[in-house]
Amino acid sequence: MIRFLARRIGFALLVLWVVATAVFLMYFVAPHNVARLIAGRQATAETVALVRHRLGLDLPVPVQYGRFLLRLAHGDLGYSFVNSESIGAIIRRDLPVTASLALGGAVLWLVIGVGAGVLAAKRPRSALDRVTTGLSLFFYSMPTFLLGELFLLFLFFRLYMAGIRFFPPSGYVPLSASVGEWARHLILPWLTIALVTAATYSRLVRGSMLDVLGEDYIKTARSKGLSERRVTYRHALRSALTPALTQFGIDLGTLLGGAIVTEQVFGLPGLGREAVLAITTEDLPLIIGIVILASAFVVVANIVVDMLYAVLDPRVRVES
Amino acid sequence: MTVPPVAESVPVRTESGSNPPRAIQGRTPWALVFERLRHDRTAVVSAVVVAVIVLVALGAPLIAQIVGHTPDAQFRETGLSAAGIPVGPSRAFLFGTDDLGRDVFIRVVYGTRISLLAGVVASVLAVMVGVVIGLASGYFGGHTDTALSRLMDVVLSLPYLVFAIALVSVVGPSLGISIAVIAFFSWASVGRVVRGQALSITQKEYVEAARSLGAGDAHIMFIEILPNVLAAVIVYTTLLIPAAITFEATLSFLGLGVVPPTPTWGNMLSESMAYYKVAWWFVVFPGAALLLTTLAFNLLGDSVRDAFDPRHDQTFAAHPDAGA
Repeated sequence: MIRFLARRIGFALLVLWVVATAVFLMYFVAPHNVARLIAGRQATAETVALVRHRLGLDLPVPVQYGRFLLRLAHGDLGYSFVNSESIGAIIRRDLPVTASLALGGAVLWLVIGVGAGVLAAKRPRSALDRVTTGLSLFFYSMPTFLLGELFLLFLFFRLYMAGIRFFPPSGYVPLSASVGEWARHLILPWLTIALVTAATYSRLVRGSMLDVLGEDYIKTARSKGLSERRVTYRHALRSALTPALTQFGIDLGTLLGGAIVTEQVFGLPGLGREAVLAITTEDLPLIIGIVILASAFVVVANIVVDMLYAVLDPRVRVES
Repeated sequence: MTVPPVAESVPVRTESGSNPPRAIQGRTPWALVFERLRHDRTAVVSAVVVAVIVLVALGAPLIAQIVGHTPDAQFRETGLSAAGIPVGPSRAFLFGTDDLGRDVFIRVVYGTRISLLAGVVASVLAVMVGVVIGLASGYFGGHTDTALSRLMDVVLSLPYLVFAIALVSVVGPSLGISIAVIAFFSWASVGRVVRGQALSITQKEYVEAARSLGAGDAHIMFIEILPNVLAAVIVYTTLLIPAAITFEATLSFLGLGVVPPTPTWGNMLSESMAYYKVAWWFVVFPGAALLLTTLAFNLLGDSVRDAFDPRHDQTFAAHPDAGA
């Protein structure tokens, strides 16, 4: 287990190094006059030169690269070009929004996706299975931003005009301010993420449940006289969840780094919206910071998932 | 290879009467697949829808000519109300108009071109790269395999949307960049599938036979192994296209794909965000076109997969939008 973990952490560091190098190359070697950008359009050549010097941009590229990696290793993401705010502070401010969105959405999509997958697999080719499979494919094909926009049009606007003023069109209320308002503002974004994502899970879980239900140990469990419910949920679902778990690590990790589309559609001030904003204002350190943070979330989520396998499926423990 | 290379025989019917028993007919695996697809109602319907979408894309200028509107023409007199608000669907504007008084129908028709182009070209590129790297990885094994597998793992564990927008922000948005970005983030999943299959096929006797006859690496990879992973590649390509279409639409929606005024479903839906309260048609029609297209391709992809491997009930690909 320790060796396995060490290997996974090694790989995680490799990914982060690749990401850091990629963004470094993208922004500092690509033809992009960073100093000019910060100094502003009217700046004199001297000012630009001064900015270049202060940022260390006049140093040889390998030295700059070394310094960049060293700063990252210390968790220092630098300062915004736009308002000199520290990137760390911006991330701390935006992360609760994104985390609220991602975690709430994740709970919802797991319940919907896994539930639908199990129900469908219990009665393959039944009417219920057909409906679930059809709906899964429908939402699987649905682009996230489109579902969000349709929700805004029908669930916010049409209901609003009809006198039901429950769903807000946008905005975020912190959890600490009001739990009820926090949830009310997040229902539509949660549903958007959950329905689109749950489709993948119900397809995954249905498939693996069908495989697992045909295995010998399930027959053994049944012949021992265990209740059908116990067989389904305790024995079959546990190992059928493995592929869904892999997907879950990727999905949750990615979302925590910024639910770009959903935040954009519903005007939620999280990391994803910040990233899109940073691109329009050409705030390079902020973009770099968010990209690296997002990658870190994905690799960490993957490691956690790998460890969860052993908890979920006893056979994994034996093999490793 | 998922399709066993044996000919299936047509059951011989011994009917009483003068009809002579039908001869046993050998059929290639490809013919079998086609036969299964032909009898699958979902496959036929989705294939027809895809064909219509392709025709619309090809015939866009013709449709524009028949209607008499170009995609960029602004009908300030007829296409906007006195208050400057888009007008709803009517005989003159089938799908209504947008905020600049342009014909939404014609713009949706033209948007088909970008979506298909981006979806198909990006998928084909991704598949080509994925096949070459996957074959090399599975065939050569050893250090090559380790290095290439790690590379695929790295690409697969990048949060691709954030990364994609960062990339686009450096080089500036355009159709070409969108396609390159989509292909870059899609090849690795193909590569992984191909590698897995190539790994086992490399151990087969006929590969050894080819090698002992003096065949080179390239010959073995592309002539001996490739045809046997083709089924998986075809299935993957059909499922990759809708994912790529969604990816392109998302980039356009975020303002990082094809730049206006060129109409794409993504940038139309982005523009409609400010007008959905007064012009539902501005959201619903481009949205329906986009959804219909991805749905048709996904249904077709599922059917193609089932046709190649009737026993396999469901495989999956990660949602194209995962993490959006």
